[in-house]
Amino acid sequence: MSKDAELNRLAGRLRSLPARPGTRIMEVCGTHTVAIRRFGIQKLLPEGVRLVSGPGCPVCVTPERFIDEAVSLARQGVAVASFGDMLRVPGSFSSLERERADGRDVRAVYSPLDALAQAEGTGKETVFLAVGFETTAPAIAAVALKAVEKKAANFSLLTALRLVPPALKALIGEIPQGDAAAQPPAGSGLAGFLLPGHVSAIIGKHAYDFLLGHGLGGVISGFEAVDIVSSLLLLLAMHEKGIYEIVNNYTRVVRDQGNEKSRGVMAEAFAVADAEWRGLGAIPASALELRPAFAGLDARRRFAIKVESAPPRLGCRCGEVLRGLVDPPACPLFSKACRPDHPLGPCMVSAEGSCSAWVTYG
Amino acid sequence: MDKVLLAHGGGGSKSAELVERVFQRFLRDPLLLEMGDAARLPGRSGGAFTTDSFVVRPAFFPGGDIGRLAVCGTVNDLAVMGAEPLYLSIGFIIEEGFPVRDLERVLASIAIACRQSGARIVCADTKVVERGKADGIYINTSGIGRPVFKKPVHASRVKPGDAVLINGPLGLHGIAVLTARNEFGLKASVKSDVAPLWGLIRKCRALDVPFMRDPTRGGLAQTLNELVRKRRFGARIVEAELPIPKKVAAVCDLLGFDPLHVANEGKVVMVVAEKDAEKALRLLRRHPLGKGARRIGAITAVHPGRVVMATRAGSERIVMPPVGEILPRIC
Repeated sequence: MSKDAELNRLAGRLRSLPARPGTRIMEVCGTHTVAIRRFGIQKLLPEGVRLVSGPGCPVCVTPERFIDEAVSLARQGVAVASFGDMLRVPGSFSSLERERADGRDVRAVYSPLDALAQAEGTGKETVFLAVGFETTAPAIAAVALKAVEKKAANFSLLTALRLVPPALKALIGEIPQGDAAAQPPAGSGLAGFLLPGHVSAIIGKHAYDFLLGHGLGGVISGFEAVDIVSSLLLLLAMHEKGIYEIVNNYTRVVRDQGNEKSRGVMAEAFAVADAEWRGLGAIPASALELRPAFAGLDARRRFAIKVESAPPRLGCRCGEVLRGLVDPPACPLFSKACRPDHPLGPCMVSAEGSCSAWVTYG
Repeated sequence: MDKVLLAHGGGGSKSAELVERVFQRFLRDPLLLEMGDAARLPGRSGGAFTTDSFVVRPAFFPGGDIGRLAVCGTVNDLAVMGAEPLYLSIGFIIEEGFPVRDLERVLASIAIACRQSGARIVCADTKVVERGKADGIYINTSGIGRPVFKKPVHASRVKPGDAVLINGPLGLHGIAVLTARNEFGLKASVKSDVAPLWGLIRKCRALDVPFMRDPTRGGLAQTLNELVRKRRFGARIVEAELPIPKKVAAVCDLLGFDPLHVANEGKVVMVVAEKDAEKALRLLRRHPLGKGARRIGAITAVHPGRVVMATRAGSERIVMPPVGEILPRIC
């Protein structure tokens, strides 16, 4: 059977599946959000079932303050190297894209290794913006180890690395949060999670076992239309039967036990710490910070970074979007004051943000 | 808007914003405000006139170089107006220290591209700037052409039911330039499709072709969105019919690009009256640059102003133009 025929067969099954009204599935990962909308999968769901986006878009959950810190570094004459999608994110008063237009040294790189090479090539103080989840953390940890080994004296990291399982725990009320505004996704009807493929390749499927105690299933999914549709079929079948499991439906990439080697590298460079998430508030043990042995690579220690705390952006409902409480059109700014070419909130800036995906793919 | 950002040069909605909010406050000639690929000059013969600047980095890339690009870009802008390219001007801005051997390579490609396109370069200019004040070499070309299509090539004649055609695989130029930069550790053996299209396009001169455009910066998504913007029709394309090479798809997947946003330099999107569509495909396929010609969609009245794609999953989605720069200095 051709790939397209197989997809059509699965999509047909999905559409005709019996489902309880008010059933919701959360896709955790921003890459899934984009893939779902690019393939139009949200329109193939059975009556009464909805997909909601979760907190798995790195740019979206990175606090505004982090951009302010990076801008402060750029203004001190430090070369700032970053994944490209961070450049357009508005901080409290500027963005890295604007700083670049003002002549500051801001560069888009596709790998932290490029940033290290840039530091070595230019001899200039270079800071890499270390954002992302368990997917990018091992590569960044490897570069940290390499920088130490090479005694690179002009390279450092500004970290805002986050962990996926603690965010899910916070969402379902498994761990308490300081922020009273953060509540579990409204109401019942949450059938389970479409779990991120690349993150799971590192952390493995048992990292999600805590979901089972809450009567929630999870399916680790790849990013092709067939992967997503078949994963949704699995999730809805579990929900219908009331039997919950964590299923690895992306075995061509994800091993059940994850990647111990990558986790080892991560643990060598980073320690787990509490952190603030944009939209979700403070979550205990949800971030990675450089271990004391790597303090020399910590941009926050190396430079005096001064940022003023900004007033919260009025009207933006990114926080609720990130917790799956509302869909983007519920925000008063959505598609009006806040558009992909003029983003106000992080969910519109990042190509992986839920708001951007809603506008871009309809 | 107080500073020009790289995103303003990307050809997407940010570029449109710069044009509308800054340029058009000062430059308001009615011919310019038509915003075509080339201006239609008044008078009985009604020539076509266009200009384009080239800053591609690197100047040499698989499948071409800045010289070939500079000729093809302008020739193609004339060709998609249904005009035979006749005369070109060319201007060089060269950075002090640029190797003469490289300049000779660029000029040799310019000469070849001219021969292939039939256009003549009849005036030229060179300026040299201090080292560090430009990046190697920049080129500007302008061109004049003579409209030869029987029926006017004008988007106002597009109507629901017209077929949307493309002459071959999408995304080659953007990915070739990207990999030539060696920034991403990528080694995709993709060659740019940069080519002069007049020889191909002229084959359809007797047919009813209300619209043509070369999908350069911003790709197919940009071209179709410009066509339907503020019109009473939309475009519907079919994902399964889009010729996207595996290598292009793979690089796009890796970097998070949409192949529909990636630049082409040897492609033409043709909107053809349905009665002439099959004939157009037959004619195009007889030319080396049109072997992969195919129908990718149709003009529709169902969703005016929008480009919608029927996805492989049997659903549909909107196709938006890219927002800012995907890749600066692609042409």
